[in-house]
Amino acid sequence: MSILVNKSTRVICQGFTGKQGTFHSEQAIAYGSQLVGGVTPGKGGQRHLDRPVFDTVRDAVAETAADATMIYVPAAFCKDAILEAVAAGLRLIVCITEGIPTLDMLLVNEVVHDAGVTLIGPNCPGVITPGECKIGIMPAAIHRPGRIGIVSRSGTLTYEAVKQTSDAGLGQSTCVGIGGDPLPGTNFIDCLGWFEADDQTEAIVMVGEIGGTAEEEAADFIRTHVSKPVVAYIAGVTAPAGKRMGHAGAIIAAGQGTAEEKYLALEAAGVATVRSPAAMAERLLEVL
Amino acid sequence: MNLHEYQGKALFARYGLPVPARAVVQTAEQVPAALAEVAGDRWIIKAQAHTGGRGKAGGVRLVDDQAAAIAYVKQLLAQPLVTYQSGPAGKPVNEVLIEPPLAIARELYLGVVIDRSRSRVVVMASTEGGVEIEKVAAQTPEKILKTIVDPRVGLQPYQCRELAFSLGLSGKQVSVFSQLLLGLGQLFIAEDLALVEINPLAVSESGELLCLDAKVNIDDNALYRHSDLLALRDLRQEDPREVEANQWQLNYIALDGNIGCMVNGAGLAMATMDLIKLVGGEPANFLDVGGTATKERVAEAFKIILSDDQVRGILVNIFGGIVRCDLIAEGIIAAVEEVGVTLPVVVRLEGTNAERGRQLLEPSGLQIQAVAGLSQAAKAIVAAVGGVT
Repeated sequence: MSILVNKSTRVICQGFTGKQGTFHSEQAIAYGSQLVGGVTPGKGGQRHLDRPVFDTVRDAVAETAADATMIYVPAAFCKDAILEAVAAGLRLIVCITEGIPTLDMLLVNEVVHDAGVTLIGPNCPGVITPGECKIGIMPAAIHRPGRIGIVSRSGTLTYEAVKQTSDAGLGQSTCVGIGGDPLPGTNFIDCLGWFEADDQTEAIVMVGEIGGTAEEEAADFIRTHVSKPVVAYIAGVTAPAGKRMGHAGAIIAAGQGTAEEKYLALEAAGVATVRSPAAMAERLLEVL
Repeated sequence: MNLHEYQGKALFARYGLPVPARAVVQTAEQVPAALAEVAGDRWIIKAQAHTGGRGKAGGVRLVDDQAAAIAYVKQLLAQPLVTYQSGPAGKPVNEVLIEPPLAIARELYLGVVIDRSRSRVVVMASTEGGVEIEKVAAQTPEKILKTIVDPRVGLQPYQCRELAFSLGLSGKQVSVFSQLLLGLGQLFIAEDLALVEINPLAVSESGELLCLDAKVNIDDNALYRHSDLLALRDLRQEDPREVEANQWQLNYIALDGNIGCMVNGAGLAMATMDLIKLVGGEPANFLDVGGTATKERVAEAFKIILSDDQVRGILVNIFGGIVRCDLIAEGIIAAVEEVGVTLPVVVRLEGTNAERGRQLLEPSGLQIQAVAGLSQAAKAIVAAVGGVT
């Protein structure tokens, strides 16, 4: 089955006519995603990439029956863009943009949660169900339809996991980049639950990194709720404390959020951890 | 972004928080006027630097005459302050804060943070102020009081009163504390803080509350809407290479090893450092060149990596997604030639057109070794810098 997106997912793009929105919309269309239109306020009624442009998300949903959106608007406008998508009744919102203020996300998450909507990201590569639907900036060519669910806080490390599982002949059910921000819309636990319930997914790769306690919470969840094999890699064993390692959320603060603590928690929950990012598929083959 | 204590206290004052009288000097010549401004006959003199542990490192002192004050300020301004948190190079001291001393009865702790797992702003308070709060949290977690802020209504007076009574405050102190904390809560939201700590929040012998320290960290992502705070950024407190990298939208963080790293993506950049360590080497830095590894940015990245004279070799690890690897390879060759890189460079290219990229790198005549696998690349660079350390 896959999770979150499939060949019947109808996607719109917010920030459709901008440079990023245009480029990644073209890529999504080329992949075969059902990109049914886009939104750029003030450009409603135009056509772009042979798709209709709307002034508002509400108009786009009314005209195209879209159920998902991908957001490429600048960080300062993302709070508004996400709230507009929630108000228009979309069930899945994927926000690629990096650099959204944390307090904006705190309020956004509140509304998203109350509305029962799924927000992936921000600061993430997006979601892909290989062969069916790509919403995001990930390189399409490395993906293969298959058996492994991948969830990751890092973009390029997701690609590593994808490449390895493709090369090993395992393929992916769905890959979810939950993003590198301190307050992501969707967490490991959400994705682990969805993968556990998904028939197509036979095992899960989870890629974490320093900062926060999302991996520790995932470990608790895996112990009680996940029967499928989970392979985990955590980036940042050599990261110094108190330094933000590129991602807003990747920081060891007040002695908390070290890679070692996360490894210990995951190992205690029976997760098959790997210390080398090159060994994810190898370890999967052992546990499958 | 961090503020200095004196900047934090000025911000506190704007939100009605009680802070001591104070003066800031940049030179010893300014000391007499500053002492007169603060008044009294004894003064607390505090080095201003972005590091904790200033008191233990000799950066804070009580003086009781002008000559001693001048001598001590001269001493502070003359050299970086090295604390257990600052790293061996220390942090430069360009400003010194002068305040009147206070007869302290009790030292409390008050902080506001973002609790990531709850997705909530959380107020933390403790009767154990004046010491490292991390130690209190680790050893006596029951002494850390917490109250969670509902984002729909914000921090409420009853939450402040509850904390005040739990901290053992009484009488007028309860309402003073509540006002203080409500102001702090407003400040946190209005100024997009990531963390604020008052440690200690002193209760004087006469029962007054006073913020004796101010640790303020602002959410970098929100600085675009706080130009007044951005103007307070003190680049002298930051690693010059990190500042330089920032101007090129490169994320660079210096480490202690001898293998320079250039990687696209923050997660992969951390993973590359970890892998170097795993195969017996020591990474010299974290460097994320971002999604678009153009020739210009790669060249700048090489320059920044090479400005660290510990570096003996460089590992370039690029997972070319949207950007084609052959274009990245051309960028690397051009950058190596332009910068004049003479150290061994191992390049691992993966993703779109990786094979073509590797073919371009091989005959370039430069000290570039193109390697296909992630582990192999890490082993190759460790071997190139002289093997396992």
